[in-house]
Amino acid sequence: MRREAGGRGDPIGLRGALADRLLVALIAAMALFAACAVAGQAAVSQLAQRWQQGANTAITVQIPNPSPARMEAALEALRALPAVREAREVDPARMAELLRPWLGDVAGLPLPGVIELRLADLAADPVLIGDKVAEAVPGAVTEAHGVFVARLAALARALSLAALGVVLLVAAVAASVVVIAVRAGIAARRDSVMVLHMLGAPDRDIARRFARRTSWLALLGGMLGVAVAIALLWALMQLAAPILPEIDWQDLPLPGLAAIPISAALIAWGATILSILLWLRRLP
Amino acid sequence: MVRFGRVGLAYPNPQGDPGQAALRDVSFALGEGSFTWLLGPSGAGKSSVLRLMQAAIRPTSGVVSVLGTDIGQAERAALPALRRKIGVVHQEFRLLPHLSAWDNVALPLRLAGRTEAAVRQDVNEILDWLSLAAKAGRNPAELSGGEQQRIAIARAIITRPALLIADEPTSELDVFEARRLIALFAEMNRLGTAIVVATHSEDLPARHPARVITLSEGRIIDAP
Repeated sequence: MRREAGGRGDPIGLRGALADRLLVALIAAMALFAACAVAGQAAVSQLAQRWQQGANTAITVQIPNPSPARMEAALEALRALPAVREAREVDPARMAELLRPWLGDVAGLPLPGVIELRLADLAADPVLIGDKVAEAVPGAVTEAHGVFVARLAALARALSLAALGVVLLVAAVAASVVVIAVRAGIAARRDSVMVLHMLGAPDRDIARRFARRTSWLALLGGMLGVAVAIALLWALMQLAAPILPEIDWQDLPLPGLAAIPISAALIAWGATILSILLWLRRLP
Repeated sequence: MVRFGRVGLAYPNPQGDPGQAALRDVSFALGEGSFTWLLGPSGAGKSSVLRLMQAAIRPTSGVVSVLGTDIGQAERAALPALRRKIGVVHQEFRLLPHLSAWDNVALPLRLAGRTEAAVRQDVNEILDWLSLAAKAGRNPAELSGGEQQRIAIARAIITRPALLIADEPTSELDVFEARRLIALFAEMNRLGTAIVVATHSEDLPARHPARVITLSEGRIIDAP
């Protein structure tokens, strides 16, 4: 006796009704975008962290001939400024330690005193701060590279949030794609769905039949998209290797990437169940 | 088993408002194991009566009670279980085109959660009874009209429903197949299934005498 292979699991005939290849391709494209966004978010987040550490000292002030009186005058002038949250003298021993790799033993050298500033407001103008301290202590030199780095770090954090936004947007688009595919599937198999309904199939049973199919296709699409993304990211890492020798494949956000196909399947499941149940509610 | 009490039905128009009445003040009762012909010309309201009986629609007014369930008042979630107790044979068969005859017949049992072993036994048995075992693996498009009709009947009775509803079941069949179908209904009725058959043909009630309810323009004009 010849038996229909899909009879038990696919009475609605969804294998021919859901535009399988198109759905897999669209979900794969969404997964590729999401994977790039996740990888970008992870990279930018790491950079932001690194830059933020460098930006902890937003401004340094060098005081030539660092007598205790000059250092005290500089600290007093700086602490009086509202834009300065903290002004702290760098320990001369630590300075000598930092310079040792470049200058060797610096005990005999006339080094300037160094004051590290942490700003209350990163938008504060470092030139004005430099002018104030130079008024109090002639010859004082202000370096504000940290402000730039801090602003970069803030930008990186904003980019990181934007990447998360992209992931959410991609998820929403993927859900919409699934809903459109499901509606097309219902249109193509309306009679079969009606027959199941009138034979007494509960709504959730019909919805699950659609959801099993769409979530499987979304899982396939998600895996395909992530695989392509990993290949792309790998190629980018090879290109970046000469200037960033410390990065390797372990820097890829593998848990985040692995979560993409699973998330795609879950999104497809939820979007399908919801749209089918809403459609079936029109029936008595 | 089935009771209609002053039932009115109006299908909604495209604006969602109640349209022209399809049934007016329809009342009757059917007992267990009964055989009933629902007679009337096209548009008389026969199909509307059958759709109410299978809980495909709800009445606009009055009471429709089927197998103890008030169709108008029942929770939506309660209706699938009721539908599984009713066998329905449609004029246009409504077989699933991508499934084999065997799987079409098996569908109600699978929806009821029966084990595959039990499904296999019951489906093979009923296909043998209807002389369709040799055609079990074919899709509906590969079967004649009479064979498709018998598959639809097999699907309707495979769960041994207490109530079997048939809407113009012989309209697509030749005389020989139509007689065979009515004999099948009579046999099922003898085994205890209540049967309601809607037809516009007066020959069929003449061939198998039973209670006749005659409808015209949405009203019962004759119901002994």
